[in-house]
Amino acid sequence: MNFFKLICICVMLGFSISNSHAELTIEITEGVESALPLAVVPFAAQSMPVDIRNIINADLERSGYFKMMAEQGMPSRPSTPAEVDFNSWKGVGQNYLTIGRVTNNGGQYSVEFQLFDVYKSEQLLGYQINSSAADLRKTAHTISDMIFEKLTGKKGVFSGRIAYITSNSLGNKKWTYQLQVADADGVNPQTIATSNEPIMSPSWSPDGRQMAYVSFERKRAAIYVQTLATGARTRVAEFAGINGAPAWSPDSTRLALTLSKDGSPDIYVLNLATRALTKITNSLAIDTEPTWSPDGNNIVFTSGRGGKPQLYMASSQGGNEQRITFTGDYNARASFSPDGKYLAMVHGNGNNYRIGVMDMASRAINVLTSGPTDESPSFAPNGTMILYASRKGGAGFLSAVSLDGKMQQKLVFNSGEVREPAWSPVP
Amino acid sequence: MKLNNTLIALLISTSLLTACSDDKKPISAADSVRTGVGSVNGASTNGLNNAGGMNAQGLAGMNGMGEGSGEYNDPNSPQAKVIYFMIDSSDVQPDFVPVVNAHAQYLVANPSIHIILEGNSDERGSREYNVALGEQRARSVANMMKAQGVSDSQLQTVSYGEEKPAAMGNDESAWEQNRRVEIVYVR
Repeated sequence: MNFFKLICICVMLGFSISNSHAELTIEITEGVESALPLAVVPFAAQSMPVDIRNIINADLERSGYFKMMAEQGMPSRPSTPAEVDFNSWKGVGQNYLTIGRVTNNGGQYSVEFQLFDVYKSEQLLGYQINSSAADLRKTAHTISDMIFEKLTGKKGVFSGRIAYITSNSLGNKKWTYQLQVADADGVNPQTIATSNEPIMSPSWSPDGRQMAYVSFERKRAAIYVQTLATGARTRVAEFAGINGAPAWSPDSTRLALTLSKDGSPDIYVLNLATRALTKITNSLAIDTEPTWSPDGNNIVFTSGRGGKPQLYMASSQGGNEQRITFTGDYNARASFSPDGKYLAMVHGNGNNYRIGVMDMASRAINVLTSGPTDESPSFAPNGTMILYASRKGGAGFLSAVSLDGKMQQKLVFNSGEVREPAWSPVP
Repeated sequence: MKLNNTLIALLISTSLLTACSDDKKPISAADSVRTGVGSVNGASTNGLNNAGGMNAQGLAGMNGMGEGSGEYNDPNSPQAKVIYFMIDSSDVQPDFVPVVNAHAQYLVANPSIHIILEGNSDERGSREYNVALGEQRARSVANMMKAQGVSDSQLQTVSYGEEKPAAMGNDESAWEQNRRVEIVYVR
């Protein structure tokens, strides 16, 4: 069954690099009005290293799609279908109900859960999952994904990860920079690269196993590709001048990037196997921040060729360049939705930089956030949310906004600055 | 939008007073002049009094840094090591041409000495675009120096974009200190 395969993959991908104490906590700042009432009853268990119910509850609440029932108001604490009295759950206004139980077989855990439609008095989902103690948190996120998909029809993204950059001041105008990867709920942050020189522009490979990023650790810009499971990495570009903005092709074989080795910054495509470089743009102005359309045919990039930064699209073979943004005096750092229908960007007017999303069919831009320093938009792998970085009062933090702008979350990091979030492409 | 002559004179003379290590923090003299620019721009009511006060602050800062010896402990070594830029621009402003020229002359006279031109930007806009903007600034200073005979091999450029701010803060007074090229002498 696919599902067990998924769990195995999650375990194999586990990072083995240093743990950090810095953690993200997530606050919902705006939710949707049509949130569905859902109760998740505490799972029956003798002893459990993590509270599975609380993880599931927090995941689903954070999604903004559900109004989660507080434990205190629950009419009973069923853990088996026989104990469920549907009328009592109707009585407290719940549409859906999740129950579960955990048994410990000598360190190996068996987690069972069921999801019910309260009004139809019927089971919608029911699974048993084996999990080691170390993977119970992942198992809980997987259950959240299954419930989310069943009730919304959209893939859950709770078992995904986010990468981001943090920086801390060492005083005297010196800084330390970290590239970190955390679970999608901000828990388990792990530092995968650290330097006293800037680290920038993390980009996940489409299979989620590798990360490309820019590091100035040798006092000059270079692009590295790092395998997450082992920490092994390769320097793939260190030309004179800029080596920046790496972006994986959808087929994982190439990186689009920015080089200025021939003068002005231009977009190139680097074949990772042969190291062959193809020059895509050739303007005298700044061309940077490439992003691939999900079909691999086009590359959208930021260019200053018209005076102010605007978004342009070119064939990923080069040529066929056309400007695609015409409103706002600053449009940059584009990021495609996984289905290619939308393009998120930094949309600036005056000193106000907000996250905008363009409908690729109509080319209309819908501004989703309030600014003034919003940047680095990254789509969730199911396309429902956009993660981005903000700054207020000198502190950098991450936020997420739904594609329609109605749901907002703030991810608060307990130390230093956090920025350049990148949502892992596959859970 | 001009530095007055007093301030330029101040910049250059302060520059020659003491040597500085090749640490890349911007030297206080330049900072003080920069603050001076702010006051000149901001309102005509601030004149010499302010500039004088800034100068005293700058000197105190320099003394406090306790610069050591080394090959750049040279009375001829130009000390103003930061060139500031206008918003979205990589043009060296006329006010800073004498500073660039002073470094260029020094490098022409000392062909074994190398510098790194570190381009930087303010925090507004996207990060990689700001790296590109910082690099254009560094290249613009490099090109001016080359035009005066500085050899290509003496110059290296790097851009950190907005990743290494000189001033924290989210307003124009911080931004104008961050749109800069730092001239770093390599040992």
